[in-house]
Amino acid sequence: MAKTGQRPLSPHLSIWRWGPHMLVSILHRVTGDGMAIFGGLGLVWWLCAIASGPAGYANFRYYAWEAAAGDTWGLIVNILCRIVMIGLTWAFFEHLFSGLRHFVLDIGAGYELNVNRRWSVVIVVASIVATAALWAWLLFGKGL
Amino acid sequence: MGNGTKVGQVRGLGSAHGGTHHWMQQRFTAVGNALLVTWLLISVVTLPSYDYPTVTGWLAQPIVAVPMILLLVSVFQHIRLGLQVFIEDYVHDEGLKFASLILINFYAIAAAAFGIFSVAKIAFTGSVL
Repeated sequence: MAKTGQRPLSPHLSIWRWGPHMLVSILHRVTGDGMAIFGGLGLVWWLCAIASGPAGYANFRYYAWEAAAGDTWGLIVNILCRIVMIGLTWAFFEHLFSGLRHFVLDIGAGYELNVNRRWSVVIVVASIVATAALWAWLLFGKGL
Repeated sequence: MGNGTKVGQVRGLGSAHGGTHHWMQQRFTAVGNALLVTWLLISVVTLPSYDYPTVTGWLAQPIVAVPMILLLVSVFQHIRLGLQVFIEDYVHDEGLKFASLILINFYAIAAAAFGIFSVAKIAFTGSVL
């Protein structure tokens, strides 16, 4: 990077005043790259487990959701998997809503300060509400 | 936009040495993901149970297996492009950047291949139970 060594650097995260638009932009990248790794691996783990037959799938379910009561290690993995699953659900809603915002910005709309701020707040709140509603229904409505 | 020259603006080439192809691909796959992942989420949470016969019986149907394969293509292409931008923004050493780009390409393509093969196996061998 010798050529670019002397170029002035843009101020970064530490210097800007935080606002909802900045938060939603950072969350878009964080949730996207998080899902790229954990969501991608989780999806393929699930599909490979199903394809490997009943024993493989039972093993997946055991570690992902329903380890035996006395199996401490299995229960720790269960808790971690639940945190990841709830996290991925939130990441999906956040990234989806924020992605829809990007489509609007791509056509050149929504750059007015108040509009931009309002929709950024809506996205952050809506993704949390959607995640809470889905898991509340799964755990208490459906009785997972 | 190149060096800010007229021809640079016309070519639309920035620091990534590429044009709008990457950007457009990210949008095309984003639309695909919005539809397909929403479909997957709704389908999975509304499954009556998660035991082996139910899940394989569901996944073996053409109306499920085909969208699932399309989802894997769209999602992992989007993942490949997204991780690439992440690396281009934060990995500044040219050698490490090149190695990282190889790694994420291997990851995205291998994961998609594993997923597609798994769906195909479940669909073609049927719900064995």
